[in-house]
Amino acid sequence: MFEVISNLDFTPFLLSFKLASITTFILFVFSLPLAWFLSQTNSKIKPFLEALTALPIVLPPSVLGFYILIALSQNSPIGMFFENLFGVQLVFSFTGIIVASCFYSLPFMVQPLQSGFESLNKNMLEASYISGKSKIQTVLKVALPNIKPSLLTAIIVTFAHTVGEFGVVLMVGGSIPEETKVASVAIYEMVEIMDYSTAHIYSAIMVIISFLVLLGVYIFNGRLLSK
Amino acid sequence: MIDINITKKLFGSDGKMDLDININIEKGSFIALAGDSGSGKTTLLRILAGLEEANGSIKVGNEVYLNANGSLKPQKRGIGFVFQDYALFENMTVEQNLLFVKKDINLASHLLEVTELTELKNRLPKTLSGGQKQRVSLCRALMNKPKILLMDEPLSALDPTMRLKLQNEILSFHKEFNLTTIMVSHDPSEIYRLAKRVVVLKNGKIINDDTPKNVLLKTKGSAKFAFDGELLEIVKVDVINVAIISIGQQLVEVVVSNEEVKNLKVGQKISVSTKAFSPTIQI
Repeated sequence: MFEVISNLDFTPFLLSFKLASITTFILFVFSLPLAWFLSQTNSKIKPFLEALTALPIVLPPSVLGFYILIALSQNSPIGMFFENLFGVQLVFSFTGIIVASCFYSLPFMVQPLQSGFESLNKNMLEASYISGKSKIQTVLKVALPNIKPSLLTAIIVTFAHTVGEFGVVLMVGGSIPEETKVASVAIYEMVEIMDYSTAHIYSAIMVIISFLVLLGVYIFNGRLLSK
Repeated sequence: MIDINITKKLFGSDGKMDLDININIEKGSFIALAGDSGSGKTTLLRILAGLEEANGSIKVGNEVYLNANGSLKPQKRGIGFVFQDYALFENMTVEQNLLFVKKDINLASHLLEVTELTELKNRLPKTLSGGQKQRVSLCRALMNKPKILLMDEPLSALDPTMRLKLQNEILSFHKEFNLTTIMVSHDPSEIYRLAKRVVVLKNGKIINDDTPKNVLLKTKGSAKFAFDGELLEIVKVDVINVAIISIGQQLVEVVVSNEEVKNLKVGQKISVSTKAFSPTIQI
């Protein structure tokens, strides 16, 4: 048993966490204005944007993966653009699975932020505007610090959800070691080649880490609310 | 001088209504806005602050806040606003709430001292009482040295002692900063004490605009005492009728004739008055 663990390849885990960190960061930057807009607007396009944002929750990962694969392939305009301009191939590459993860985990970032912003006292935001503060200053200095539980939930759940993704990564990235073979894909492969002991250890690590992360979120949010 | 001439379609408590306000306000004056809820008082304040759109024009001195070409952003209007629910920045301490508006430590310390909040300057809003929060909110509204101070029922959630204290503070700030103050209030004694002019709105229109004395004193003819109340019940006792009326926090009984009963309906707002030839005052 000890021998199995010491010979274990942890690269898939590192890759998973790297993917999740980058995805969470990118999504935070892009979701912040989107979530803010959705929380403040009464425009007619709001339900359309909300439905689009929530789509990755309901779609099978294979559907999402299929479309992303088509959209990013070298035959598509987007794929060609990146290939010609940056020399980056988007499918079956780490960059590709980052793009795919951003779509896949989008609702997990946008929705908590949006509901956090919606729960804020509107008068508090207006008090900031009347004080002469711009919308950006208001979001950063007043809105965000007052939705810490939602903010933490958004970041952690997005991270955890990206670590846990499987179907989309497999379709867009395949299983290239040290490039796209993340933990979930590695476990799938171990089971396929009937290496159950490695699959056991990988799976156990995933369960423990996921549980600890969620436990941390709930403890933190519980403390913040009871303060 | 503030010139306001605006219209806006509103959805009030009785369905659609047109807010239609045309009023001039002297610089440095203290105006109370009164009227039933849903009459458009808060909306008028919010339009003045730039928080809501409207048609028409608002001019403050030489500055145009609103005209056909568009509206000045709330950030640029130089207004102080005190909300009924305080609306403090919950993530900041008392002092930070003030300094967030403007990094003027001297002004902040002065305001906190006048309102006796210096001791509490490092506390978070959620640890304060209602009266303390509203004082912080008042101080915060003054940090930008506004020309106009707008207050939306600032004292309605506070107990009478705290109200009196804050009324005095509001009045002293009004004089010190030479503010033009517009306050929404339902409390006649508060209006009488603070304002020089009362504007009464009903269904979006101004129905009365006069001194507090002329608007608030209900007595007519030789009547010397008059109280507004709500008719709760009419009880027939033998040949007379007794009306149970709620005035302020108290219930009173008044004898009414059979003729008078015909014109009364339970739930009506009424005024009870009497001539006072020999009033007795007891403490």
